[in-house]
Amino acid sequence: MSATLFAPIAARPAPVNTEGLMPWIKSNLFGDWKTALSSVVIGSLLLWYVPQFLHWALLTAAWAPNAEACRAPGVGACWGVVAEKYRLIILGRYPFEEQWRPVVATVLMVALLVASCTRAFWRPWLVVLWAVVLAIFFWLMYGNALGLAKVETDRWGGLPLTILLASLSIVMAFPIALVVALGRRSNLPAIRTFCTIYVELVRGVPLISVLFMASFMFPLFMPQGLTIDVLIRVLVGITLFAAAYMAEVIRGGLQAIPKGQLEAAATLGLSYWQTQRKIVLPQALAMVVPGIMNNFISIFKDTSLVTIVSLYELTGALGLALNSDANWRPFKIEGYLFIALIYFAFCFAMSRYSLWVEKQVNKGKVR
Amino acid sequence: MSEMNPAGGAIPAAPIISFDKVNKWYGNNFHVLRDIDLTVAKGERIVICGPSGSGKSTLIRCINRLEEHQQGHLIVDGIELADDVKAIDEVRKNVGMVFQQFNLFPHLTVLENLTLSPMWVSKIPKKEAEERAMMQLTRVRIAEQAEKYPLQLSGGQQQRVAIARALCLTPKIMLFDEPTSALDPEMVKEVLDVMIELANQGITMLCVTHEMAFAKAVADRVIFMDQGQIVEQNNPHDFFSNPQNERSRDFLSKILGH
Repeated sequence: MSATLFAPIAARPAPVNTEGLMPWIKSNLFGDWKTALSSVVIGSLLLWYVPQFLHWALLTAAWAPNAEACRAPGVGACWGVVAEKYRLIILGRYPFEEQWRPVVATVLMVALLVASCTRAFWRPWLVVLWAVVLAIFFWLMYGNALGLAKVETDRWGGLPLTILLASLSIVMAFPIALVVALGRRSNLPAIRTFCTIYVELVRGVPLISVLFMASFMFPLFMPQGLTIDVLIRVLVGITLFAAAYMAEVIRGGLQAIPKGQLEAAATLGLSYWQTQRKIVLPQALAMVVPGIMNNFISIFKDTSLVTIVSLYELTGALGLALNSDANWRPFKIEGYLFIALIYFAFCFAMSRYSLWVEKQVNKGKVR
Repeated sequence: MSEMNPAGGAIPAAPIISFDKVNKWYGNNFHVLRDIDLTVAKGERIVICGPSGSGKSTLIRCINRLEEHQQGHLIVDGIELADDVKAIDEVRKNVGMVFQQFNLFPHLTVLENLTLSPMWVSKIPKKEAEERAMMQLTRVRIAEQAEKYPLQLSGGQQQRVAIARALCLTPKIMLFDEPTSALDPEMVKEVLDVMIELANQGITMLCVTHEMAFAKAVADRVIFMDQGQIVEQNNPHDFFSNPQNERSRDFLSKILGH
């Protein structure tokens, strides 16, 4: 019997067009009656509110730093408050005539952060760069050397303080979190217990109470005459707090690594640390990029809580700028929208960056 | 010492692996290896088969200490495996292993998978490690895939990469733990071909597999295990044509019976 020949059927295009704008709208906004109903409801709410907001925020807004003009009837948003108070909002109580210093320091710091996110800078000397930039940052901010007048840390404030607190606590919390996450999976009971207790204790208290303790309780336990600057105490508090949460995110990634990976590494003769560094952590961290970025973003925003211990970072500086000034106090909402925009810019950049990182680390999964 | 193997011939060389009354338990009650006595000669090719849960995988995983035995003595290449970490490292340098699920490192390219251990454990310079890796990849006929990531390859290709990775250690002993069980039927042959070639080059091989054709083609000895014991061992011809134990007869009738 002769075999039948295999006759392939030529590929044909799909009978219904699924690409383009109209099919997209049809399938995504009006796919069935439930989606159609919610599209209509949400669409009409947007049509109702967005024009109102634009009317208030742009069309009838007052832009000049003139409180009288803002109070005139029919005037919408008063952006004059930002024009009047932006130096106080962004730089806090830093001495007025020295304010070029925090500006330069912040620009340097942001440049360092951007550089650290770029592949070309992922070299061993990046550590040196960090040390140099941080040294310059503190010299500019604190002064008291090389011709700059001394400015105590309690005068620091606004965006420079927010960025300093956020970036330093992120950079310090990450390695601590790595070690704690590995420690919780250690074979040695002492290390495992210690790491577990640390995580559970820290997660059991709110950040505000950690800051209170760092700021008010801690000095009581220090020997007479020895004081640590409140900024450093608060920085350590935020770092230890953030590290506990981050450790749990990383531990989630560690647990997702199949046992076979560890066995393969063992048969190849890799040591514990080589296995962690070369096999386990690259894969575990790649899996938890979204979770870690969540942590980073919430650290950035949690720095606003340090107002409670009289460090006036961005949010605190806004209160400082407006609460004491009866002329401008009514326009707080515009002030808050202004700093919300600043927060959003940073957080959105972080979230976009996280997507890029995800793409980079998932290269091996693209078929 | 002229020990006789069950096939009747003298064992050709000094033993490279010897199990002496080895016992292992999982937990308190699951006695997974029971009084295992086994000597493997240098260059010998052994196929281990048996029903699932019979302890075959555990047996070969004891050889590179992925599993610990609790009783008895196990000597690999002159080194007794016990709690001494240095000894375990030393043994692992000489024992390559291939897993059922490949266990390639998905975040590294094929070439990086192969050079990892030579560069970080044996401290060989990168260039030399890569040359060696390419040689092994050529040996398993997959050199053109060196820059790809494991998940971009087919199952059969991945398993060949895994074999090449183990060979980069220049091991004296190769352990195969069901190397073809996770493969599509169409890919089994390409892996078996590589293994047969390897077998013909004189490396000591222990292979857990149900590929009876492979056993017939290359094995010096077939070991049949059930319930943690070695039930029967014989040369493949006699084992398949005339199994001595009714348990192995029953097993063979089930896997060859259709």
